[in-house]
Amino acid sequence: MSVATTQVGAIARRSVVRTSRQPASIIPPLVFPVALMAVNAGGLASSTELPGFPTDSFLAFALAVPFIQGALFSTMNAGSDIARDVQTGFINRLSLTGLRDWALLTGQLAGIVVLGVVQVVFYIAVGLIAGVTFESGPAGIAVLLVYGAIVALCFGALGAWLAYRTGSGETIQALFPVLFVFLFISSMNAPRNLIGVEWFRIAATLNPVSYMIECVRSLIITGWDWQALALGFGFVILLGLVSFVLATNALRTRMTRT
Amino acid sequence: MTDANGIEVRGLVREYKKGPRAVDGIDLEVAPGEIYGFLGPNGAGKSTTVHVLTTLLPPTSGTALVGGFDVVKDGPRIRGLIGVALQEAALDPLLTARDHLRLQATLQSVPKEQRGSRAEELLHRVGLADDADRKVSGFSGGMKRRLDLALALVHTPRILFLDEPTTGLDPQSRTDIWNEVALMRREAGVTVFLTTQYLEEADVLADRVGIIDAGKIVAEGTPAELKAEIGRPSVHAIPRTDEDRPKITEFLARFGEPLASTRDVAVRLNEGLGLTDIVRAVDQNGVDIADLELHAPTLDDVFLAKTGRTLEGAAEESQEAQPRR
Repeated sequence: MSVATTQVGAIARRSVVRTSRQPASIIPPLVFPVALMAVNAGGLASSTELPGFPTDSFLAFALAVPFIQGALFSTMNAGSDIARDVQTGFINRLSLTGLRDWALLTGQLAGIVVLGVVQVVFYIAVGLIAGVTFESGPAGIAVLLVYGAIVALCFGALGAWLAYRTGSGETIQALFPVLFVFLFISSMNAPRNLIGVEWFRIAATLNPVSYMIECVRSLIITGWDWQALALGFGFVILLGLVSFVLATNALRTRMTRT
Repeated sequence: MTDANGIEVRGLVREYKKGPRAVDGIDLEVAPGEIYGFLGPNGAGKSTTVHVLTTLLPPTSGTALVGGFDVVKDGPRIRGLIGVALQEAALDPLLTARDHLRLQATLQSVPKEQRGSRAEELLHRVGLADDADRKVSGFSGGMKRRLDLALALVHTPRILFLDEPTTGLDPQSRTDIWNEVALMRREAGVTVFLTTQYLEEADVLADRVGIIDAGKIVAEGTPAELKAEIGRPSVHAIPRTDEDRPKITEFLARFGEPLASTRDVAVRLNEGLGLTDIVRAVDQNGVDIADLELHAPTLDDVFLAKTGRTLEGAAEESQEAQPRR
């Protein structure tokens, strides 16, 4: 195993270990999105009677939302953890080792991916237990796991950038509601073509989060919708690339050493 | 000097944006295997110097060689041969002591088959073997400091930087750290650059001391040399009653130069005189004195002589000036 791989593994292990020791970081990303989904599925079940609604199970329709909502929790957790490392000086300790900048970022994100996959497995299990049929079959579930990992990685990179940039856990916490606004003005509760309020429909159409939700949703209720998959993967990878570049630059500034 | 375990600094300056010169043109040399005490009040420039020497901060100007390598050009090489315990014991409260040591050993490229045994060895060495699997959040300040020291030693460094390693610790924990530092030098010949604001610490541990104030080194030498520079010891007599004070003052003036003191009557002894001369004279003249003490010069006296302030007073001034930074 190369030195860099060993370093990435050590940092990823630390990320997973410290998260596993914080129930407050594990339980909310699992419970809150599922609870919100249950509430929406109960209250909005009659939406399925609208002409053109793509499924007769609102639960199946709503199951896509926890995937993205959970990723937002990942962003906040990743950001808060990294900000704490900056505030406590732990990052100085890491700077004084032979750790490469990119290995630190990759290791931290690898830890987030592991947790992101755990979240996705939980959401899929809840869906299966609740009787949701995954139209894309076992292969689609495998794609969902991959997509969940990529979403966690890309949103985690966003959290990492904010943390390295600001070095403040409070700032990360304050940004969380802002990220949630993107979720709420998306197609989370209704297909875009059925949104009656024009400004909301336009906002949802411009909002990349809509396409991420629709990507997951297509695998659950449609089967293999290649356009939805391309848009979903495309937007999240774009977000990831931009965030990764920003996070790398911010980390380089933060880990100032000669 | 090009020795692999030494430190050589020439005209080192570090300026902060919109701030004063934290380090203002210092020169110093630390010989291999030496414990160098860098003594000064808060805000004097000690930690900034450590940050520059450990490659965490680039100098504004001047040169610094650590283990023969330039801090500006050879950062990665220097980081491979030094161990560092910074002022704040930066530990992850959610990890155990053993987790920390394994992580540090991995990142410092300690061979995989040696990581476990090295962690065990260091846990025993710093007295944390029984607490190895407890989360650091439950550790006392002394335990955190000892773990910090163990982490700095994990890759068997040749040069060790300890930035105020005992600040805020109780006397027992302080003594434990001192013993460990002395042992490392004695057994492994590690060069130690130790910053401290405790005179006693510098006096007990350091082979040589550099006193820094306002970014400049104001004195340097062995503790004995520095105290000898100040010169003669002083004698302090405590009168039995306030009425005795003028008589004792007049009596002691025969033996040396009077020193200002509200608590007692003090003189800096003239050359060639000792406590025995005064005791003999007290007996012969029947002078009534409650107590008589001989004070050898301390590093605080050195600091006072060099800066016009006591170390304690300088620390208070520095704390008042902190918001300007």
